Amino acid sequence: MPGTRGAVTPGPPILDVRGLRKSFGPLEVLKGIDLLVDPQELVFVIGPSGSGKSTLLRCCNRLEEPSSGHVWVDGVDILARATDINAVRRTIGMVFQSFNLYPHMTALGNVTLALRKVAGFARPEAETRGHVALERVDLAEKAAAYPNELSGGQQQRVAIARALALEPKIMLFDEPTSALDPELVGSVLAVMRNMRASGMTMVVVSHEMRFAREAADRVIFMDHGEIVEEGPPERIFGAPEEGRTRAFLASVFDR
Amino acid sequence: MDAIIENFFNVPIMVKMFPFLLSGFWWTIKLCLLVVPLGIVSGLAVAMLYATHIRVLKWLVIIYVDFFRSFPPLVLLVFVYYGLPLVGLELPALISVVVAFMLNTSSYYGEIFRAGIESIPRGQWEAARSTGLTWLQTMVHVVVPQAARNVAPDLTSNTLEVMKFTALASVVSFPELLRQAQLAQGLTYNPTPLIMAAGMYLVLLWPIVRLLSRMERRMLAVR
Repeated sequence: MPGTRGAVTPGPPILDVRGLRKSFGPLEVLKGIDLLVDPQELVFVIGPSGSGKSTLLRCCNRLEEPSSGHVWVDGVDILARATDINAVRRTIGMVFQSFNLYPHMTALGNVTLALRKVAGFARPEAETRGHVALERVDLAEKAAAYPNELSGGQQQRVAIARALALEPKIMLFDEPTSALDPELVGSVLAVMRNMRASGMTMVVVSHEMRFAREAADRVIFMDHGEIVEEGPPERIFGAPEEGRTRAFLASVFDR
Repeated sequence: MDAIIENFFNVPIMVKMFPFLLSGFWWTIKLCLLVVPLGIVSGLAVAMLYATHIRVLKWLVIIYVDFFRSFPPLVLLVFVYYGLPLVGLELPALISVVVAFMLNTSSYYGEIFRAGIESIPRGQWEAARSTGLTWLQTMVHVVVPQAARNVAPDLTSNTLEVMKFTALASVVSFPELLRQAQLAQGLTYNPTPLIMAAGMYLVLLWPIVRLLSRMERRMLAVR
């Protein structure tokens, strides 16, 4: 039932996706997605690999160019010709599976680059904000460290700080813990939990079902480029209505 | 043994010809100071144009690079030096030599930078662009610094090649080191000045070899 909205905060949605389609050559990866995300909502997207979850996220900041449909972020039509996509992207934080930190810059350098070049802060102000962002991910003491001196969990938290520092309206997480050793996953999830508590709007593509169950406002199950089913986590995990959802959850929890 | 000293290490000739060769040495240094930075900057520009993935630009760059890499630099030099004045373009000798060298070296530097830029994973681009950096900002602040580091050994050896390569200017009578050494050899009927020139090249290049390899090690250590 597309269009269902979580009841966290009334008001206009932060993310509004309508009829979104994306094809790579003859392969249609997204077959008409409708999705509304309210302010402060944490939406979890689950589904088998190849179901189009990542592509959906990447269409929301135009890292991937949608084939058709509409995407509004905080009221801005990001596909409109007149839209300055770089200005919009500043308001959409993205966290990647492989962290993608800049290896030639320190943690602070990673966090401050866009603050200086996109937000236009002078270096001292950018560094102040950078330190605040690193503090929020509990890495204040690693400001001078290079990425190769950090653990995977720490790298991912720096990547989160890099996005957070720009004070985005929404954060997109693309399998943020999939590349991490199991013992490092917790620190990243803890940061995400804090962000949720402080009111950040988040869309998370992930296989961390326990985290979804405990932290998500809404869970969306995607398969073959469509939203098959969505609802509160208790219902999706406890009493899924669709056969495909049940089959997927069974395969995940049987591991 | 005496014949060797007489012909290659003739001290009186060395003393007599030293100021003459020194003037050539300065010209060689000036050539290097112009050709190397210009080659690096234009090579980087060529590689960046290629990386735009705009088809027309890409093809123009491929034609440019392929042409100047396969066109004999000697002929190019003669052509620019003697040919351009014939079509009414009178350039000072230094400028036409530098232009000819730049066309050649930029294509080599360009190929090196292209390989470096292509070695940077897509994720770096995506991370930078997702924070709102423009294509050019991403290139300048994220991609090129890493790319240059990845191809530093190739940049170093190409730079040394280019510096030795400036000796080619002797064919158009440009008074750089090799040209002056050849003149001195003619004047003295003795090849000692060539050995002197070799010594001067060594003095010029060897510290640079050391310096660059130290810089390379430092840059690799940072990663």
